[in-house]
Amino acid sequence: MGFLDILQSIIGPAIFFSAPLILTAIGGVFSERSGVVNIGLEGLMVMGAFVGIVFNLTFIGTFGSWTPWISIFVAMIISAIFAIIHAIASVTFRADQVVSGVAINFLALGLGLFLTKQWYGKGQTDMVDRPFYTTDVPFLSDIPVIGELFFSGMYLTSYLAIAVAILGWYVLYKTPFGLRLRSVGEHPMAADTNGINVTKMRYIAVMISGAMAGLGGSVFALTIALNFSHSTIVGQGFMSLAAVIFGKWHPLGAMGAALFFGFAQSLSIISSGVPLLQDVPQVFLLIAPYVLTILALAGVIGRAEAPKAIGTPYIKGSR
Amino acid sequence: MFSNRLVNILIPIVSVFLGLLVGAFIMLGFGYNPLLGYLSLWNGAFGDSYFFGETLRQVTPYILSGLAVAFAFRTGLFNIGVEGQVIVGWLASVWVGLAIDAPMIIHLPLAVLAAALAGAAWGFLPGLLKAKLGVHEVIVTIMMNYIALYTSNALVRNVISDGKDRTERVPETASLTSEWLASLTQYSRLHFGLLIALFAAAVMWFLLNKTARGYELRAVGFNQDASRYAGMNVGRNIILSMVISGAFAGLAGAMEGIGTFGYQSVKGGFTNIGFDGIAVALLGGNAAIGVVLAAFLFGTLKIGALNMPTGAGVPTELVDIVIAMIIFFVASSYMIRWFLLKIKKEGK
Repeated sequence: MGFLDILQSIIGPAIFFSAPLILTAIGGVFSERSGVVNIGLEGLMVMGAFVGIVFNLTFIGTFGSWTPWISIFVAMIISAIFAIIHAIASVTFRADQVVSGVAINFLALGLGLFLTKQWYGKGQTDMVDRPFYTTDVPFLSDIPVIGELFFSGMYLTSYLAIAVAILGWYVLYKTPFGLRLRSVGEHPMAADTNGINVTKMRYIAVMISGAMAGLGGSVFALTIALNFSHSTIVGQGFMSLAAVIFGKWHPLGAMGAALFFGFAQSLSIISSGVPLLQDVPQVFLLIAPYVLTILALAGVIGRAEAPKAIGTPYIKGSR
Repeated sequence: MFSNRLVNILIPIVSVFLGLLVGAFIMLGFGYNPLLGYLSLWNGAFGDSYFFGETLRQVTPYILSGLAVAFAFRTGLFNIGVEGQVIVGWLASVWVGLAIDAPMIIHLPLAVLAAALAGAAWGFLPGLLKAKLGVHEVIVTIMMNYIALYTSNALVRNVISDGKDRTERVPETASLTSEWLASLTQYSRLHFGLLIALFAAAVMWFLLNKTARGYELRAVGFNQDASRYAGMNVGRNIILSMVISGAFAGLAGAMEGIGTFGYQSVKGGFTNIGFDGIAVALLGGNAAIGVVLAAFLFGTLKIGALNMPTGAGVPTELVDIVIAMIIFFVASSYMIRWFLLKIKKEGK
């Protein structure tokens, strides 16, 4: 097995596994940057996966080959609406944001499985007939080496994820909206004094995180899982949360972290074909992303600095 | 009309009521009879002695995982890693049960102790990182959950068994099962662990409320700066709190490992005992007696739910929605408090 073959067999799956994590992590960055902890990313992904699969199964006859794209769009919208619950609890009712996030996780899974039993009469949905397929990007895949590595046999959703990450960076760092959003997470009172509506910004940020996690969950469901059950989303949301922190609350950092986690995951799957990794017990590759995150947090790989006002509800007039 | 103390007791009761109400509306919305639904839940939990035995069996680990979350909460820490600590405790109890050959009087306490120690060790690291480096315990404990899950699976498959998906059953000498309790409840899986759980609740109450160490732990939970100023070692108290919390969680694992199941298996996902413990602790107001009562409620809901499909055609997952809503309402207690105060003002 040549070096290029190995590289090709790693890069493809790495990006493929990363895409849902990147999308969800970008959502997480927005929410946390506005000062709202979002442990509920997991539940929002569950919601996205559920809506994506159900919409795909229901409307395959209406939309034909466009079904997966419309499915992820609808999943994005519904998850954004679902995330409002987290915003109401943690922004308006000043609930403990972590607890409210935990409740989102319980609720999404309970609701998803309840409706699945209700509509399909069993614990999981049918398999979708029209998921996303891999494609070769026209022209670009003809470039020698690079085309082979990055543009052939890929899912278009992977490019979507990378585009969203770059867009997220642009919005957060290059627009007035992004500046306001970040200021609300750093010093809400100062932001409020400058006429920024803290509550509104936080609602928007939490809804963006819902939308992105919904997108991530549905992309996962329509590229990897292909149906919905209790075991469709198991920990991808938490992993995305880890990517947010590992990436130091920066969109591109989060993308890098998510790519790394995807890489680690793909290693544990394709390791049997790679000479160096064959002898490494799989468990080490499975726990690698988590161990590395802890190490990163402990400052071994550079200190991660959280937004200042994270986790604290803003109460007008209090110091 | 409403004293602060009364409001604190009212909030969980109102939350449970509202949660059940949401569940009733959902049942109504999907064309089920909510009364029949809740009646079959009641029968599923208390219908006969077998069901009651199963309910108490479910309550046992819930008490301990609830205590684990609550204990850390009291020191101002959110131990979301109870799940992982349950898994390592489960594994440790089964491992000691299988690896050692000893009479029951030594073997059983050893297996229980191993579970507590394993859980404590799993709680120690996040505590240490929090105390020494200020790393947020939520993220570290989430990561530790996955490490526990995958490590346990690998150990079960490769070390404790020969490539199998579950270990052997632990021998009688290391088992909490009780012929007497089982026969009392038409051979449910009720075991002696319930006594351990209740004892642990008493220990937590005593430790937090009657000892100087407990006073320090609570003080750190209230205000770290003030505690430091008063000469307390905040870091040591944080580590201690996580270690004790982890020990409770490890015991919860032992309840399943050498009580209910008698073996450890390769798990596809989490047990949810730890995550449900968060709900138990919140509803119980992070106090020992509250946790016992809340664990009883959630155990009832979970076991009763199993009867809902046959009794009323309602999917069991309805109860998960109800539990999620209860957590929401408890978490948003600001809303309930505000509402109660409003009633109070208008009452005047």
